[in-house]
Amino acid sequence: MSAQTHKSSPASPGAPARPHIGTRSLHGFLKIREGSILVVAILLIIYFESSNANFLTRPNLQTLSQFMAAPVIIACGEIMLLICGEIDLSAGMVFALAPFLMYFAHEAGIPLIISFPLALIGVGLIGLFNGIVSVKLRVPSFITTLGTMFLINGFTLTISRGFPVDTPTDGLFTFLMGNEGFAEFIWAVVVVLVMHGMLRNTRWGLHTTAVGGNLIGSAESGINVSRIKIGNFVITAVLAGLAGILEASRIGSTDPLAGGANIMFMAVAASVIGGTSLMGGSGTIIGGLFGGLVLGVLQDGFTINGINAFTFNIIIGGAILLAMIINIHFARLRTMRRTK
Amino acid sequence: MSQAQYTETAAPSVMPGGEALRATNIVKRFGAVTALNGVSLHLKKGEMLGILGDNGAGKSTLIKILTGYQPPTTGTLAINGEEVALKSVDHARELGIECVYQDLALVPSLSIYHNMFLNREPLRAGPLRLLDHKTMRQRAADALEDIGVNIPNVNEEVSMLSGGQRQAVAIARAVYSKAKILLLDEPLAAMGARESGLILDLIDRLKKRGDLSLIMIAHNYAQTLEVADRIMMFQHGEVTFERASAETSVPELLDVVRRNYKVVRGAH
Repeated sequence: MSAQTHKSSPASPGAPARPHIGTRSLHGFLKIREGSILVVAILLIIYFESSNANFLTRPNLQTLSQFMAAPVIIACGEIMLLICGEIDLSAGMVFALAPFLMYFAHEAGIPLIISFPLALIGVGLIGLFNGIVSVKLRVPSFITTLGTMFLINGFTLTISRGFPVDTPTDGLFTFLMGNEGFAEFIWAVVVVLVMHGMLRNTRWGLHTTAVGGNLIGSAESGINVSRIKIGNFVITAVLAGLAGILEASRIGSTDPLAGGANIMFMAVAASVIGGTSLMGGSGTIIGGLFGGLVLGVLQDGFTINGINAFTFNIIIGGAILLAMIINIHFARLRTMRRTK
Repeated sequence: MSQAQYTETAAPSVMPGGEALRATNIVKRFGAVTALNGVSLHLKKGEMLGILGDNGAGKSTLIKILTGYQPPTTGTLAINGEEVALKSVDHARELGIECVYQDLALVPSLSIYHNMFLNREPLRAGPLRLLDHKTMRQRAADALEDIGVNIPNVNEEVSMLSGGQRQAVAIARAVYSKAKILLLDEPLAAMGARESGLILDLIDRLKKRGDLSLIMIAHNYAQTLEVADRIMMFQHGEVTFERASAETSVPELLDVVRRNYKVVRGAH
């Protein structure tokens, strides 16, 4: 570029003369997608704290964090997939399979510290399969992963004969996996931060957004569209497997009926509540964490308030809808302000 | 060899009248259909050629051949006076041919600066290979300013931009990537009068730089005449008319279309 003149006139367009960081974060807060869902989460926390003094206590926060952690970790993968225009319905079954893979590897005499990555590689291959069938054989991922959802569930039930086993333990590994307190939640936060950085600050993340936002345009720009999509299927499966192993390590039991479609839909709900579009092209990992927080607070709050189990689903369903309506409405206000 | 000629054209004093592009006797057949039937054209350095024609005239086939997307059935291309067989879109880009497509190939949910650098993002030093947002912002703002486009904030999502602004961003991206020959596919399609005016001004400025050769493919005769140095009319895969813009007029162009339309109808 011949005219690389760095101008300093105040009226120069686009010159990143950015305001003080304090002003920026204040302005930024309401502008960012994640802001509105965090407001919803805080309002819910205030409501439950005012209706039940036990809400903001350490034991309850621990319960809440354990409930949230696994869906949030899976959501980090689902968000990447949703952004690039795909979905993985089999993640909940991968969640149940991964600790069994680790268990059988350990039974075969492989040390736990090696069985663990082996199990993740195993579920990664499932992600690779999901990706290749969806992208190369052009089966919509909703259908591909609906198929593998049943397939993996059947496989897990077959190899386990339908019975739970004790999760293998050894000192260092169990310490790393953290079978108590907030350990699983800390894992979730670390995964969220790493995946957030990846989405916002790497070519992989940028290209994931580009592929979901304009598939043909991305291909015209020379992005390897198939590689991005298949890679995100692998990431999702590995994260679902990690969540499954963390959960099995915390509980101490590896259950073939753990997770399933329920935890997968929780993860997708957390993603969407957090502001990720089901249509692809935009999304946020931090939003997924807040979405998981909203779901967790609702479930936990209503549980300690002693809501009848029958009415519980009515309330949680209604609350999800309400949270979404508020979220989308906030987003529209934001857009209006910006176009003015 | 062609590399040496780049530096020559990139230098401030452009050799006037040098030839940027020449296509000779291009024929493109798809099975029994002949999309282009012996089309020849040339483009001087710094020149702006307007190509007019209705749907099915062969304009998009010509773009696909010039951008290396498809090879011609027969015929040859020469860039900077040197004959080349374009192997791919990337190959054409290496030779300095960029096309701004009608769909613009922009990602609406990404910022302007991310779009400007899509798939050629600068990275920060270090093993993590993180995106260098700061450099991208700065260079995007510079690139837009360089071609006189006034977009206040390069952080803005492309979805927030008007059609004309999007077109400007797409053109800026092509120019920034060191295009020497810029193809504009219907840059004024579906645009209001004011927006069209902005884009025509932009094209005019690009023309005045002198280091870019432009081909604009369009429907609108009056606007194309206003901005192009020379006009070519495509009909049924053939060039039916060619003249300097200053020596022709909208009525004459319309007359050419009418005459050929009658000929074709008479043939059936």
